[in-house]
Amino acid sequence: MHMKYAVLLLTLLLSLFLLASCGENGGTVTLNVYNWGQYISDGSEGCADVNAMFEEYFEENFADQYGFSVEVNYTTYASNEDMYNKLRSGAASYDVIFPSDYMIQRLISEDLLLPLNYENIPNYQYIDENYKNLYYDPDNTYSIPYMFGMVGVIYNSGIVSEEDIGSWDLMWNEAYKGKILQFNNPRDAFGTAMYWQGIDVNTEDTAEWEAALAKLQQQKPLVQSYVMDEIFNKMKNGSAAVAAYYAGDYLTMYESNDMLGFYYPAEGTNEYVDAMCIPTCARNQELAELYINFLCSEEAAAANAEYTYYGSPHLLVRENEEYIEVLSEVHPDAMTLMYPADEDKVPTSYYHTLNDTMLSVQNELWSQLKIESTQSTWIPVTAWSIAGILILYLGIDTIRKKIRESKY
Amino acid sequence: MKYFSKIYIAVVFMLLYIPILVLMLFSFNQTSNTGAFDGFSLYWYRELFNSPETFTALKNTLILAVSTAVISTIIGTAAAVGMVKMKSNILRTAINSVTNIPMMNPDIVTGISMMLLFVAIGTFVGLADKLSFWTMLISHVTFCLPYVILSVLPRVKAMDKSIPEAALDLGCTPVQSFFKVELPMIMPGILSGAILAFTMSLDDFVISYFTNGNDFQTLPLLIYSMTKKEVKPDIYALSTLMIIAITVLLILSNFSGSKEEIDRKRHEKMIAKAAAKKTAAKKN
Repeated sequence: MHMKYAVLLLTLLLSLFLLASCGENGGTVTLNVYNWGQYISDGSEGCADVNAMFEEYFEENFADQYGFSVEVNYTTYASNEDMYNKLRSGAASYDVIFPSDYMIQRLISEDLLLPLNYENIPNYQYIDENYKNLYYDPDNTYSIPYMFGMVGVIYNSGIVSEEDIGSWDLMWNEAYKGKILQFNNPRDAFGTAMYWQGIDVNTEDTAEWEAALAKLQQQKPLVQSYVMDEIFNKMKNGSAAVAAYYAGDYLTMYESNDMLGFYYPAEGTNEYVDAMCIPTCARNQELAELYINFLCSEEAAAANAEYTYYGSPHLLVRENEEYIEVLSEVHPDAMTLMYPADEDKVPTSYYHTLNDTMLSVQNELWSQLKIESTQSTWIPVTAWSIAGILILYLGIDTIRKKIRESKY
Repeated sequence: MKYFSKIYIAVVFMLLYIPILVLMLFSFNQTSNTGAFDGFSLYWYRELFNSPETFTALKNTLILAVSTAVISTIIGTAAAVGMVKMKSNILRTAINSVTNIPMMNPDIVTGISMMLLFVAIGTFVGLADKLSFWTMLISHVTFCLPYVILSVLPRVKAMDKSIPEAALDLGCTPVQSFFKVELPMIMPGILSGAILAFTMSLDDFVISYFTNGNDFQTLPLLIYSMTKKEVKPDIYALSTLMIIAITVLLILSNFSGSKEEIDRKRHEKMIAKAAAKKTAAKKN
């Protein structure tokens, strides 16, 4: 009888093994792609599934030449730092990653990226010259731009009067006290204060950082809350009226609330680029290059730009009729908003990696800002008092019992 | 006082279930707005079934949770049975507290230490991918084990030792007596342990975050990484479906528990009746 159980157990374990190892088919090679969450057209809401498109494209054009077919193993991360930690730990290998500008600089300085072979990436020619040879990778040896974005100020035109817009000043306007949202991460929050004061965002002067802190402390009583993703809901349902965020996300919010307006502050603002790179741990560099080249094709780049609403550095995408139509349906001025002409563009700058000293200065000042709580403290005080009284009572009680016992 | 206790229960239930009800409500919203309900629709459910990424993650999560439940239940049951049969008291207490440590440990400590261990071993053995499905499975089994042991142990302790002894007396081998007598008696504990392990593994984020490799992304990890845009309501739809599935599972398991109770009661009644008949027969 017990043999039956043993056999059952064995089959269960065996089937587990089979389940996990079925990815290793003979004629299929796996390409490990590690991207930000929701950063590729994934087939939802009627858009194209870019990864499936690549698998098909490879099957049709290269399968005979290489003698295998490709399966894209697509996983996602939440931040540059998450991705960096996974890569750095050496625990898993990836073929294509999508770090942001400052992170590329850091990865290059730590020798974690492979130089790209441009023979396999002819579509690089379609990338906008403005996004080539940027500070983080002066000759684009290691990276090819994927998406870019600019920070601007989103406001609710039902609450904010048109006279007040145009500058970072709106985020410090007393008239909108309790209706203003500020970034909940130090780099972007200090950035808003620095652009407003005309300070270089990559400064290594501690005094300038302190000046920005003073500005943020001045803003604190006006701020409703420090948030990131919650901005979407708070702006959409009108519980907040002013927030700084990315242009692409503004379009997402505008879809459900057409009272929202957007502008780039005249003093200047932050711009970022996320680029495609191949880390040194990659298994199949050539395949990764084919994938990058495919993402630089008009078809894939347009699908991704339509899905994310972020700016595409791809020149053909900006003339792609379907893309223009999709974006203009979302917002009549979407194209000029996403791709301002050079003469209309406000000055922009990139965030560079801060060195260790500046990083600790920034974090220290940030915690200074966050710890000086303007919120009421009665809840934690009451909770701690109750806990204290309880512990005291229990202590006294035990001692009393001990004394009583010792008497007998 | 009577009213107070009723109000108290009402408040507790509201705190527990209102968030879930709100989530279910907004999964039927026409738009992605969470501020206002714009009208009933099944749009997000259709969206959910059209997004391959979410489905792969769901499939992965279920594979992992079921494997974890099966393996940790087998190991945990064996451990519980072994612990009770142990002769040395000190050893038993020691093992009991050692198995409880992974439960008391903060998840983040378990997660980081597991990752360090796997990377160290992987480097030593020379593996290319140090983290994978297997490392995730091992760590999930590790943190689910104490819960299984905790729910099986009382059942084993409460079991009447004379019954397996009687089975041995009547000619069972020890293995037979374990599978035919002891196992059915502790089965409710095993089942609740398995369900506990399944749900713990299903919603774990912290430990998975540190031990996942490039080949296997679970649902909590996928949702966490949705930072580039807002989380879309198709995730609410998925959560609603999962809540319904888990509720059905719980009702079923409770039902089977109560059925067993009924069987036991009927059995007792029959014995009582037989005894009564016997005494009546004797009197006559």
